Amino acid sequence: MNRRKFLTFLGSAGVVSALGSAATPSPAKAGHVFPYYPDSYGVLHDTTRCVGCRRCEEACNIVNDLPKPAKPFDDLSVCNTKRRTSATAWTVVNKYEVNGKPVFRKLQCFHCEDPACASACFAKCFHKEPDGSVGYDGSQCVGCRYCMIACPFYVPGFEYNLAWDPLVKKCTFCKPRLDKGQIPGCIEACPMEALTFGRRTDLIKVAHARINENPGKYLDYVYGERDAGGTAWMVLAPANPKECVPPDNPVLAGPQMKQLGLDTHLGNQPMGELTYGALGAVPLIVAFWPVLFGGAYAMTKRKEAIHKAELETTERKAKEDVAAAVDAAIRKIQETEGEGAADRARKAMAEALKARETANKHGEGA
Amino acid sequence: MENHSIVIPTREKLFNMSPLLKPTAGNIITWIILTVGLIITVIRFTQGIGSVANLDDNQPWGMWIGFDLLCGVCLAAGGYFTTVACYCMGMKHFHSAARPAVLTAFLGYLFVVIALLYDLGHPLRLPFMFFFPGTTSVLFEVGLCVATYLTVLFIEFSVAPCEWLASRFPIVLKWRDAVNKVNILLTIFGVTLSTLHQSSLGSLYLICPGKLHPLWYSPFIPMFFFVSSMAAGASMVIMEGFFAHKGVHSYMDKTHLRENDTIILSFAKAASFILMAYFMLKFIDMLVQANFVYLTTGYGLWWLLEMFGFVLLPALLYAKGSRDRNVKLCQYASMNAVAGIVLNRFNISMIAFNWQLPSAERYFPSIWEIMISVFVVTMIVTVYRFCVYHMPILYEHPNFKEAHH
Repeated sequence: MNRRKFLTFLGSAGVVSALGSAATPSPAKAGHVFPYYPDSYGVLHDTTRCVGCRRCEEACNIVNDLPKPAKPFDDLSVCNTKRRTSATAWTVVNKYEVNGKPVFRKLQCFHCEDPACASACFAKCFHKEPDGSVGYDGSQCVGCRYCMIACPFYVPGFEYNLAWDPLVKKCTFCKPRLDKGQIPGCIEACPMEALTFGRRTDLIKVAHARINENPGKYLDYVYGERDAGGTAWMVLAPANPKECVPPDNPVLAGPQMKQLGLDTHLGNQPMGELTYGALGAVPLIVAFWPVLFGGAYAMTKRKEAIHKAELETTERKAKEDVAAAVDAAIRKIQETEGEGAADRARKAMAEALKARETANKHGEGA
Repeated sequence: MENHSIVIPTREKLFNMSPLLKPTAGNIITWIILTVGLIITVIRFTQGIGSVANLDDNQPWGMWIGFDLLCGVCLAAGGYFTTVACYCMGMKHFHSAARPAVLTAFLGYLFVVIALLYDLGHPLRLPFMFFFPGTTSVLFEVGLCVATYLTVLFIEFSVAPCEWLASRFPIVLKWRDAVNKVNILLTIFGVTLSTLHQSSLGSLYLICPGKLHPLWYSPFIPMFFFVSSMAAGASMVIMEGFFAHKGVHSYMDKTHLRENDTIILSFAKAASFILMAYFMLKFIDMLVQANFVYLTTGYGLWWLLEMFGFVLLPALLYAKGSRDRNVKLCQYASMNAVAGIVLNRFNISMIAFNWQLPSAERYFPSIWEIMISVFVVTMIVTVYRFCVYHMPILYEHPNFKEAHH
């Protein structure tokens, strides 16, 4: 049992709550408990602090040795057109119009707690690491791009123009830097402290503290706390001055978040769970279909056998009837017209039956 | 006597290639398409996917998945549909439809896999899914089932080439007889695998509720895919029969011709029931999920067109056709139904996918992508013709009469 499974087990069995009291695990608490890795890292992106300087983009480009874009990173007009992450740009900053004011948001992999890409990958290329990053191993990637279909955030990019080794590319959470004890390049480069690095559990507290300490500044919704099962990277959005939205309400926060390009309707479950019902039906079908269709076949066979037996009975009975009638008729002839006439009648009858049989056989054969 | 006009390959003359090589209009078009397709193939595999396809990061699955894979698998459903009716349910009068249906199903799946190689970034790594099985992935289930079912179809189909080659290589008869013995097992195995992957093709989209339009997204999408695949199977048998009569009529024996109308009418009746059920399922699902509000939008009208013009209409045409014993009407209905299935798969994979993105970021297939799909279909037709010209598909081989009754 690996650590993740063990933790999931702990959570789902309600062992944590059982430590305090001897209560039996309640079904309501069963299922996933977030986070899976309590010590995993995350990032809080405060869009009210972001000024759209694109330093994070530049740092990402340098740190990850990506090809230089056509327009330099100090050309800020780039933010005006909506962009998405791609194989050569693992993070991009877009400008959004929120309540009539410009707001910048940095896009990159959200590093989901239970990633859709990992659930969708049929060659096990994606892994949620204990440090919080979602890693990708291209050495066994088939290039089917189902991860890109599955990702609710439109993050992974594919190297469509490579013929020989096209792979999926996305933000790695600067995993190599994390391993060396450094923080991700983009966070180090941010001059506005719009990106806060830390343990995810701490960041959630920080986010709510900021919301509570600055009334009217933030929308009371931490995007990524629960969305799509929770993400390591979370976003704070500016408040709507005209309308007060109750806390943590994905439906009412939806229109505001949508202006920032964020979908609050993904649900609180990991995206992969949406497919588990269908996958769970597989063993049922494997078990029942052969029985069902085997049964249909057996019934068909039995029906055919009964039909054949009935046919044979009818046929035999008809033959017996004919034989009995012929026998009675010949006896009668023997009694009334003598032995000679009976012989002639027998002969004629035998010939007639034989002719009929041949005719029948011929008819069947054609 | 009854096979007098059919060219049956003999020990001395094993090949009957002249119908494929004669410079008729159809053959010339075929050669042109195959040549163009080969050129695009070379470009695709030396310059990358981006050199021929309009696929991008927002639309990683386009024409090749939407048509070649989703439609290809669905329209090959005639294989399991016919064999189950004929062998499992004891509808012996469908016997002459079984072999052509198995042949088309086999070719359909074979070329689904071939077309898939164009779409994969690493086509040679396709078997990796067996070495690193991602068991949480719907795609893994699809892959496993398609691979297994292709094998099953190959075994089911292999009887025909065995009968063709038996005069020269009698050893193949051993294989043929063995296959005939386990035919019913193969059929049941086939329908189980088909149920699984036909529905799983729909399950693929369960993971992206934010991307697929609510009118097409449903937790029941696997069931919709499976039910519609049955209708597609029945419709494809009728439609293929129609085209086979146009093209390879002279390779059909008396039994095939005699049973033809009964098969069309029975399959039409079945398809009518299935499409009606499918219509009701989809409609109830729309109401249950409170998607009524979308019906007045552009996508809603498009959905209504699909539902009424391509599900209900063929269902009614089938019903009338089978009731009036009107073969022509049934054949028309089959084309309408097949078009409806293709439309549905296009909607799910392309038209209603990414519906929230601005139109500038939406996908439209490139001419080369479409050409690859045309190329694949042409290859299927060509191999189908080769098989019909050489193997006892539309007729019973005189040496193997009544063997499978």
